[in-house]
Amino acid sequence: MKEITVTVNGEQHTASVEARTLLVHFIRETLNLTGTHIGCDTSNCGACTILLDGKSVKSCTVLAVQANGKQIATVEGLAAGGELHPLQEGFKENHGLHCGFCTPGMLMRAVELLEKNPNPSEEEIRWGIAGNLCRCTGYNNIVKSIQYAAAKMRGDELPDTEPEFV
Amino acid sequence: MIKCKTSREIGGMGHPIKRKEDDRFIQGKGHYVDDIKLPGMLYMDIVRSPFAYAKILSINTEEALKVPGVVAVVTGKDLEKYNLHWMPTLMSDTQMVLPTDTVMYQSQEVAAVIATSKYAARDGREAVMVEYEPMTPVIDPFKALEPDAPVLRTDKEGKTDNHIWHWEAGDREATEKVFASADVVVKEQMHLPRLHVVSIETCGCVADYDKVNNHLTMYMTTQAPHAIRTVIALVAGHVGLTEEKIRVVSPDIGGGFGGKVPVYPGYVIAIAVSFLVGKPVKWIEDRSENLQADSFARDYHITVEMAATREGKILATRFKVLADHGYTDAAANPSKFPTGLFSIGTGSYNYDTAFMEADAVYTNKPPGGVAYRCSFRVTEAVHAIERITDRLAQEIGKDPAVLRLENFIKKEEFPWKSPTGWEYDSGDYHTGLQKAMKVIGYDALRKEQAEKRARGELMGIGISTFTEIVGAGPSRQFDILGIKMFDSAEIRVHPTGKAIARFGTKSQGQGHETTYAQIIAEELGIPAQHIQIEEGDTDTAPYGLGTYASRSTPTAGAAAAVAARKLREKAKKIAAYLLEVSEEDLEWEPGKFYVKGAPEKAKTIQEIVFAAYTNHPPGMEAGFEATHYYDPPNLTFPSGAYICVVDIDRETGEIKVRRFVAIDDCGNIINPMIVQGQVHGGLTQGLAPALYEALVYDEEGNILNGTLMDYLVPTAVESPHWETGHTITPSPHHPIGAKGVGESPTVGAPPAIANAVVDALSHLGVTHIDIPITPPKVWKILKEKGVV
Ligand code: FES
Ligand code: FES
Repeated sequence: MKEITVTVNGEQHTASVEARTLLVHFIRETLNLTGTHIGCDTSNCGACTILLDGKSVKSCTVLAVQANGKQIATVEGLAAGGELHPLQEGFKENHGLHCGFCTPGMLMRAVELLEKNPNPSEEEIRWGIAGNLCRCTGYNNIVKSIQYAAAKMRGDELPDTEPEFV
Repeated sequence: MIKCKTSREIGGMGHPIKRKEDDRFIQGKGHYVDDIKLPGMLYMDIVRSPFAYAKILSINTEEALKVPGVVAVVTGKDLEKYNLHWMPTLMSDTQMVLPTDTVMYQSQEVAAVIATSKYAARDGREAVMVEYEPMTPVIDPFKALEPDAPVLRTDKEGKTDNHIWHWEAGDREATEKVFASADVVVKEQMHLPRLHVVSIETCGCVADYDKVNNHLTMYMTTQAPHAIRTVIALVAGHVGLTEEKIRVVSPDIGGGFGGKVPVYPGYVIAIAVSFLVGKPVKWIEDRSENLQADSFARDYHITVEMAATREGKILATRFKVLADHGYTDAAANPSKFPTGLFSIGTGSYNYDTAFMEADAVYTNKPPGGVAYRCSFRVTEAVHAIERITDRLAQEIGKDPAVLRLENFIKKEEFPWKSPTGWEYDSGDYHTGLQKAMKVIGYDALRKEQAEKRARGELMGIGISTFTEIVGAGPSRQFDILGIKMFDSAEIRVHPTGKAIARFGTKSQGQGHETTYAQIIAEELGIPAQHIQIEEGDTDTAPYGLGTYASRSTPTAGAAAAVAARKLREKAKKIAAYLLEVSEEDLEWEPGKFYVKGAPEKAKTIQEIVFAAYTNHPPGMEAGFEATHYYDPPNLTFPSGAYICVVDIDRETGEIKVRRFVAIDDCGNIINPMIVQGQVHGGLTQGLAPALYEALVYDEEGNILNGTLMDYLVPTAVESPHWETGHTITPSPHHPIGAKGVGESPTVGAPPAIANAVVDALSHLGVTHIDIPITPPKVWKILKEKGVV
């Protein structure tokens, strides 16, 4: 067992963990933050994506001990002061989710994506979330949701959220 | 444009209101099975077979039991003592819970390890020693039918072969006659390979048996909680777990697509263990276990033929199917329909002669034959008819769009009796295809293709114009294990005019909390935002058969409308009493009754409901509640016209879907935003089998792509920007004219894509390529034809 101290969504936690404990299990089972999901055992799905020192990582592929002394952000910490993050608002306004299982990972991945590239093209968004699988939405509306959040974060006029039909 | 009868504030049918369920999901507050943690909960892990077919010589649990934290190891022999080692499948076949002597497919459950933590359970799993004697498996379904093939189901007394059932539809002799004298006959053989639904949440449960009260609460990933409760009672009734002692709770479900309909052995083992140790037991499978052992979809080998005149008038079709069911028939079809609704395969075309037959076989593969966003074999049928229609166009040198337009059933010919006996409720196929052609610019694309072809570039245009069949179903024909396939809704309106409604279905992302509220809002004028929807708890919801096969809107949606109409009748009586007029003098407008000719004399629905609790008319029952069990008079028949454009790299065989236009007709639309979302998602799930996905086995029965590293689920990069629209042809028999939409795009997209690829290569003499059409397959063809 090893003692680790991490700051999760601004709150400090100290706990002792087995060296082999995956970070995702630590977050879900020890900290009871179940918004971070598990969708695979091969680092493919991205449902477990969180921010580790501001960088999006798949928390199923990081050991809890590797997070010692670091900052962790999960979906639970995204809405600051009771207000939805522009990405959360974007997903809701643009029907960017169905079952919601991939959503926390998508959101956390998109946080970093927009930090690096505040005005991404559709193509850049698609490549940017290529490590996160969604089986429900067909991705059109996830792209739209991220574009909406990008506009909001830039302070631009918000795009129309009504569905467009051909 | 969709016309709405209610204001946006009320949010009835047709309004693209935002989803009520989203707030919890975007804030990490969804509540999925793996999020459940109960005091004293134990964790279960499962030892699985490395062989596809083997005798179990011994299972040594000694070392496993020494692992710190391990409390028990359960084998088939342990379950046998309680007669819990076998269970029925939904198709009245039998399936092992845990084997006592033989394993029948790779990754089959062999033993379960129970421990105080997830990690200890996994350590225990690694320490269980199983000795096997491998046998030669039967993997090829055609070989399984050969006379000298080993008989796999030796557990079935008197079984002398691997044949499961034979099924037929249509008229064999009449079809033979037409084929014998037709100008043109085209024929193709195709395989629709095994697929896996890969909902991003895997399957799992927490079984919580309370010894003192002899009561089981089963939290599980199921699309059909009531049916599961009945199945558990059938399996475990003899040990005292009768149906009133069982509560099944299906919390938030992270995608289902049919894969969460069956009862998997893991669920039953968890129940058995919880029953024996009196503690809650959690079982959550890994993705790899999910891919390797849970129900598959498809695996149909189809020979399809079409007879026509030289001018291209379709005269008849003939289908012959070999269905590989793995070691047991664990499909999730209605009892009387072993091939599901495959007989929809005569398609959208006007002809009166067809014959279909199918045989099912056992092989050493996992059981299933359930869904991949379409459980009832419609996808298989549509692929065959849409491919062979293109093949005919190619044979006689006619444009595939023109051929379709000439053969479509006309709008005024509905209701239309199909050659296999279905009565299509309504449709307008011409308008759909013409709209799709206009949006995509069909004629210009054909010109572009001709120019490109002249330059040696490979571009293809593919069409699919499908007829779906959903909403199972009328109870005279449809049941599962004898339980009729109606569905239910219960509405309770509180004194202040806000409501709760409960259903026997279960959303796995379809947005029922929003759409059901909209249906009730439409009928009662209570704003959708004030109608709370609940599903998935068998203790509170009325009985229903669950959500799959696009049946929720056709069945439970109808039940909601009818229950709400019962309430509106009651509201009318109360309004008449309050306004001191007769009922005939009243007129309804969403949200209120008013006196004809005196609109200022009115009672709002909220006032009426309040009166139902505070001042109800003498002789009338107080309260404002209604329940309805809806038994549909017919199925519904959504349709679609899809056009796809692909570009193929002639050096690598890589296929790029450049554009894809989907025009769906699902009848009246409840929420256009949600319908569109369903179509987007279904299209990506149609792209997947067309170009990427298939579960592949070698001759030994080893699965070659049993993890997400090599089972290729499309990402946002592979998935194109879908262009979607609709035509609206209401179902004449459905209370709100809706038809259901979830499956349609997954059914319609694969043949559109396959047809586009074949079209790109048709000038080389290519007439068919089996899906998934991968770059190596295309490259091989290009090489053979001397293009590369
Ligand atoms: S759980 Fe799938 S990538 Fe982490
Ligand atoms: S919303 Fe279900 S997996 Fe993305």
